[in-house]
Order: sequence, then C-alpha cells, then structure tokens
Amino acid sequence: MTLIRFRSDAAHEEPGVTLDGFLGQSNATAVRIESGEDVRLLLPYLDRLQLIEIAFPTFRDGRGYSSARILREAGYTGELRAQGDVLIDQVVFLRRCGFDALSSEKPLDEAAVEQALARFPYFYQKAAEPRAPVWKLRHG
Amino acid sequence: MYKYDEYDRALVDARVEEFRDQVQRRLSGALTEDQFKPLRLMNGLYLQLHAYMLRVAIPYGTLDSRQTRMLAHIARKYDRGYGHFTTRQNLQYNWIKLDDTPDILAELATVEMHAIQTSGNCIRNISSDQYAGAAADEVADPRPYAELLRQWSTFHPEFSLLPRKFKIAVIAADEDRAAMKLHDIGLKLVRRDGALGFEVYVGGGQGRTPMVAPLIRKFLPADELVSYLEACLRVYNRYGRRDNIYKARIKILIHEIGADQYRAEVEEEYLHVKALGIDPPAAELERIQAMFAPPPLVRDDSVTIDRSNPAFALWLDHQVVKHKVPGHAIVTISLKPIGGIPGDASADQIDVIADLAERFSHDELRITHAQNVVLPHVHMGDLAEVWAALTAAGLATPNLDLISDIIACPGLDYCSLANARSIPLAQKLSERFADMDRQRDLGEVKLKISGCINACGHHHAGHIGILGVDRKGEENYQLSFGGSGAEDASVGRIIGPGFSEDGVVDAVETALETYRSLRTEGERFLDTYRRIGAEPFKAAIYA
Repeated sequence: MTLIRFRSDAAHEEPGVTLDGFLGQSNATAVRIESGEDVRLLLPYLDRLQLIEIAFPTFRDGRGYSSARILREAGYTGELRAQGDVLIDQVVFLRRCGFDALSSEKPLDEAAVEQALARFPYFYQKAAEPRAPVWKLRHG
Repeated sequence: MYKYDEYDRALVDARVEEFRDQVQRRLSGALTEDQFKPLRLMNGLYLQLHAYMLRVAIPYGTLDSRQTRMLAHIARKYDRGYGHFTTRQNLQYNWIKLDDTPDILAELATVEMHAIQTSGNCIRNISSDQYAGAAADEVADPRPYAELLRQWSTFHPEFSLLPRKFKIAVIAADEDRAAMKLHDIGLKLVRRDGALGFEVYVGGGQGRTPMVAPLIRKFLPADELVSYLEACLRVYNRYGRRDNIYKARIKILIHEIGADQYRAEVEEEYLHVKALGIDPPAAELERIQAMFAPPPLVRDDSVTIDRSNPAFALWLDHQVVKHKVPGHAIVTISLKPIGGIPGDASADQIDVIADLAERFSHDELRITHAQNVVLPHVHMGDLAEVWAALTAAGLATPNLDLISDIIACPGLDYCSLANARSIPLAQKLSERFADMDRQRDLGEVKLKISGCINACGHHHAGHIGILGVDRKGEENYQLSFGGSGAEDASVGRIIGPGFSEDGVVDAVETALETYRSLRTEGERFLDTYRRIGAEPFKAAIYA
C-alpha cells in the first residue's frame, strides 16, 4: 500500500464508512464509495465530509473519474482519494479529475508520479484543476 | 487544413515521449502485458495474428500531401510497403515491430499526425463527410467542429477509460456520406431560423448488436457542443456497464433505459455542466474555421471536357461529382481494383495520390469510410491529366458505389478477432462481377464484408452484407440484405442459412439476377428489396 497525498493538511485517520452506512445514520466524516455507487447521494452532506475515498477495483473501471468531477463541481474541498488499482499511467487523469490523494495497492514510486504529472505541459479541456485549458491560453 | 500551433505540437510530442517510456517499461518487464495493453491501444497499437498493427489517426479523413508522403515513407521503412485505409478514415500498418513504434510516432509528429486514441475504450478519431468543404449540399464545413471535438476528446481526463470505445461522426448535409447514425454519437449540422446547431443522435453502432441511433436533441446551439457532449458522456460513463464488454456500448444503455430517460438524464446533467464554462469561446472556433477557409477557386462556366475516350468518359461518370464551385469537381480515387484488397494502397500509389493532391487539389485529400480516397477540389480542365496519372498507377477503376466497390475488414488474414477471411472473398466477388457493363447495369449496390461479429466491415449497413462466422471449424458466410449507412440508415436482415466462400458468391449473383428480373425503372437493389421483401430472393437462392 502506498499513499501519496497532494494536500498540506494531515491525512484523515478515521476509516471511511460505506455509503449505505453514511446515509443511514452517521455523523462520520469519511466515506468510501464503491464502483457503481451514485456519488450524487453525498451532495447534501459535503460540508461535513473530510475524506471521500473512491474505489478503483480495476484501473479499467473509469466510473470513479466522473464521481470525482461531480464532487468537485459541487464544491467539495476535502480529501478525495483514489483507492485500489491506481497505476502510474492514470495519475494525470486522476489528478485532473480532482483527486488529491492516491492510495495504491501496489507500490507507486513518488518520483515516477511526479515525472508523469510533469510530462504534459498543457491540456485541451477545462477540468477540476486550476490550470487553464489550451483555448484559454490561446484567447485569454 | 488545420495547422498545429505550439500547444498542439507540444502535446503530441509529449505523447510520443510518454509512449517511448511505456514501450521501454514493457520491454524491460516493468509493465505487464495486461497493464501495457490499454496504453498501447490508446496509441493505436494492436497485437494481431502475425505482428503488431498500428492504426494512424486521420482526423475527419483530411490529409495534405506532406502528411500523405509520410504515410508512404512509413509503409516503406517500417512495414512491407503497404498501407490499409479503414472504415473510420484511418490508416493501418499490418507488419509493425513494437520497438519501432516510438520512432514511427515521432516521425508522424513531424507532419502533425499521431495515433492517439485510435483504439481503446476512449473517444476515437472523429470522422466526417469526405466531401466536406466541397459539397454543394452542405450547410457549412463540418470539420471545424470535428477539430474542436478532437481537441476536447484528446486525453480527456474523465473519458479515457470508458466502458467501451466511443465513436463520433459530424456531417453537415442531408445526404449522409459518413454513416452518421451508426455512431455512438452522430452530429448533423443544420440551420434553423438562421442559427447553426446540431441534431444530436446518440446510441448507434454496429458490432454484435447493431442499432440506428435515435435523435436525442433536435437542435443544439452550435456553441454549446462541448458542454452537451460532456453531459452525454458523463451519463454514459456513470451508468455504463463494465461487467460484460458485449453490453458496454452506449447503444445498449440507451436500449435498456430508453431514449426518453437517457435524454432526460442528459438534459439534467447538461443544465449543470453548461454553467461550468467548459465550452471554448467563439474565437477558438473562428481560429479553427479560418484554417478551413475554402481554397481560392474561381467560378468557371466555360470548361468543356473532351469525352471522346470511352474509358475516360466512364471514369468521369462514376468517379467525379459536382463541386460547390462551378467548373470544379470532386474526384473519388477507387482503392478497389478488380481482384485487389479493398482499401490497400502501395507506398508508390500513396505517393502518386499525394502528388495529385498537391498539383490538382489545393494540397488536400480525404479518406472515405468506404475505404477510398478523394481529391476534393479539382478544376475540371485538369480531370484528363488526373485520370491519366491514376490510370498509370492502377488507381482509375471506375466503380464507385458499384458492386465491386466493396468494404471489407482485414479478416482472418490479419486480425486476431476474426472468424473468417474477408479479403479473399472480396477478391472473388469483384472478379465475378468484373465486367463493367454488368456492374453498371446492376447500379448502386453497397456490398460490405466483416470477418466476425464485431462488424468492422460494416456488413449490417450493406445493401448486401456478408458476415463470416466459424461453423464447426469451417468458415461460413451469412448473407443479409437491406442495410444502409446513408440518410435512410437501416440494419440488414439475415436471409437464411449460411454458405461456403464460393457458395456466397453464387448466392450474391442469384440475388442480383433476381433483382434484375423484378426491379422497376430506376430502382436500386436496396429499393427493390425494400419494396418486395426477402421472400423472392430467398426462393431463388435456396431453390
């Protein structure tokens, strides 16, 4: 297990509860979303969540990317953690969709992650990140 | 023609270096084949029966002569001297070595080309009308929108690991020359009350479950295109099944939840997405449109063509159509010589085509989804010279839309997915119907062959479709009639038990003879079939 964080605050210690568990009762501040669960159910509670962990059972299952975008577009500012089959070749996509923590089942080399994140100098689309898309650079 | 600026160039160059690193890690064993596979696929690299196959993107099917010569150069240097044009307006090399691929991509990048997203479960090359910018019947050139979508879809962070591949086509005329309704998203540019916008069709496709896309949005203002497609894709990505790759295409989702529910969910998502400001500004579309400005063609009503050579006249009648500027013509170069491999061109032929584009077509050419090449802007006074050069290169077969203008996938000769060979069957069929008078008498017949259920050869959309299957270890061919990829899109229906390779050639001939005996004035095979149904054909074929 490797945890790489792109946040300055301390890592959240409390383990995430299931979505059902969270919606059922709790005043939990961390929740874990399994692939296929509808993250929009969390939207009313974003201000009290500090960690949302999104499962990637296999790197090929891309549903978590949309979940991340939906949360960030709704204003969620807490930690958004990609957990599971998180590989070096997807870290750019993950970061651009708003994940700011990567929890990989296999060893993930931090230097390689930095290198991968630095590889592309520009991006065409506006996404969940501060960098301006190419069309904005072209036209101001 | 679109020209890269520093941003486009930097992105493609970075991609080449990223892939070079990934290939190195694969060769060193740091990446498993399972991990490497989606990475190579997103760079167009397949592992086929005998070698790697590299699919090079030709965005919306448009090339200039410099790019075309590069394709010939790569065919010579890294392949066996051939390229194969595909039904998605791309080009494939069938004999590629893995360790050469980073260098090939680097060479392509020097002419503003790449293989990005020509495979994989992502948004693929955006296809378009091969007559775009030249056709008299278009509302506007659709390619600037296709380029806008190329940029939007390139390395899209949310939509690079979709449930399945995703294909988009953009057209701008009533005549559909791009099989638009057989795409995951088909866009038709229309003008309503003076404003440009799109009809948006979602959920078409071929494969094992062919579907004609339903109309999801009647009119989408053109400047909201990116937002709306983002909403379409997000709904699909959230829902889309990952448990069964045969149920993962968007057509299955829309079939299961219904077009109305899909539309409602997209509209809801769209309300939200539209407010995010992800649509490029009008200035970006204008920047792109300026690069697609029409060539400086001058209207010329005085051209007369000497038709005294019957071979030239025949070619004119079949391969040349009207251009929007009088005195000019759109020329289709057939890559379907009798007995040849549909869509194949030698490096030398590709160079000839590049020369002709440079000299006679304002340095532009197009690839068609029917695996032919188009010179879009030819002065009519130059047609005789173009024809002579094509004749010398073996490229003047006058068979556009005739029975020998066959679409065929690579089939079992190359493809690791295939159940049956397509190429030898296409060759036999074109030889059976080689006689030009007979072909002309049979008129427009779109015959399409796929070597397996994945339908790369568009057999569902064939007036006559042939599907190769494996039956107890033997190649067997199922025949279907009544498909169309045009504006009257429809899915063909299997007529009965399958045939051997020779048997299916005979069956096609019987069907066409039946058509000849039953057609009314002006009817194509497809029209007769639609009027009278399958029974008379079945009776004759299975007699």
